[in-house]
Amino acid sequence: MNIPSQLFYTKDHEWVKIEGDIATVGITDFAQGELGDIVYIEIETIGETFSAEEVFGSVEAVKTVSDLMMPVSGEILSLNEALESTPELINTDPYEAGWLVKIKVEDQGDHLLSAEDYRVLIGG
Amino acid sequence: MENTRIPLHHVHEALGARIIPFGGFEMPVRYSSDKEEHLAVRNGVGVFDVSHMGEFLIEGPHALALIQKVTSNDAAKLIDGQAQYSCLPNHEGGIVDDLIVYRFNTEKYLLVVNASNIEKDWLWVSANNDMKASLSNVSKDYCLFAVQGPKALDVLQSITEVDLAAIKFYHFHEGTLAGIDGIIISATGYTGAGGFELYVKNEQAESLWNQIFQTGTEYDIKPIGLGARDTLRLEMGYCLYGNDIDDKTSPLEGGLGWITKFSKSFINSAALALQKEKGVQKKLIAFEIKGKGIPRHDYPIMNLEGVIIGKVTSGTMSPSLNKGIGMGYVPIGDHQIGTEILIEIRHKKVPAIICKTPFL
Repeated sequence: MNIPSQLFYTKDHEWVKIEGDIATVGITDFAQGELGDIVYIEIETIGETFSAEEVFGSVEAVKTVSDLMMPVSGEILSLNEALESTPELINTDPYEAGWLVKIKVEDQGDHLLSAEDYRVLIGG
Repeated sequence: MENTRIPLHHVHEALGARIIPFGGFEMPVRYSSDKEEHLAVRNGVGVFDVSHMGEFLIEGPHALALIQKVTSNDAAKLIDGQAQYSCLPNHEGGIVDDLIVYRFNTEKYLLVVNASNIEKDWLWVSANNDMKASLSNVSKDYCLFAVQGPKALDVLQSITEVDLAAIKFYHFHEGTLAGIDGIIISATGYTGAGGFELYVKNEQAESLWNQIFQTGTEYDIKPIGLGARDTLRLEMGYCLYGNDIDDKTSPLEGGLGWITKFSKSFINSAALALQKEKGVQKKLIAFEIKGKGIPRHDYPIMNLEGVIIGKVTSGTMSPSLNKGIGMGYVPIGDHQIGTEILIEIRHKKVPAIICKTPFL
């Protein structure tokens, strides 16, 4: 299971990369494997501000659908436009080309998990 | 309750399958990708291990009488080596299960039932066996591999002397395949892609599986999970028991009038005949989403005024069509092909249109 050590994680199986006050967010390799083929991403919340753990969108796979939860509090700044035409990037490259959104962080909170904690969470 | 492992569990694990509980069994749901597996069956060949399915042998001089009593289709029409899709009506207007009836000869039949219903069906058939036909539940003795797709015949023909092209749809032949005697080679399936279902004794199952895959390599044969099985059957508009039909839905409502034959009497046939005469109140329809959105089980179906008229019973993204498709019950009057409806997908009303099946 690929769990890059430099990223933070949530119990909702998202990863977060924090650079200054900007967080880049995606779903983990484990999550994409559980969901199967991603068909599209529905995120219509650009410019909106949410608290951590609020739903900001959804990810639709062939067999299932899953909510996307805010890993931190903040404003959704942008989404990965490439996913519009190639949502399978989330399956093939979840931590790089398959990123979902960028968030302007208001409060990072203290609930983010380290790579090691996340590995334990998924029983890996 | 502990889920049962099918005999080739270790084979699926070694292939990297994701295993999930399904109908009381641990089943491979996906080996690589739902889409890839789906398209492999549509365009090439794939193999499902559906050994969780149940098999009951009904034998003796009263075998047909029992089958005629418990099933809705007319098994008297079967000839030796022929199979028939049918269902087990209950006394309340609903369906105990859907199944396939195989006739070997006038005194030997095989019923193949859904895995999740094996116990319920067994009790049901046994309880209705007042004619004392010989009954045996052989579900645990057999593996079932569905070799499906346009190239299935080529793969299997290279390991058998049996003339597979001569086995007509919904017919079967008991013969030698991959050097194993007594395999039931059945021209049936749940995919609409063509191919065969092979019933094999547990002891020979792994040998059969391995030989199919060895031979199939040049055809790019793939193992296929339950995920793709569901999208394949839904593209054809085939019912899934527990979703599209159940204890509460009548075969006439569920579009199974074609297997409900009033040329004979069977459990609840009088009430069903009356329902047919009066007309059903609701009907199972198929629809496709216009634009973006994937319908899923239990999502509300609405008319254009936004009034809820039914619920989605099965829904998915169709890997062949690349759009959302589904089925569900709506009242008579709202059911005509071409009717525009709305599916509520996660608080959004998405336009859809009632269409014919198969979707392809």
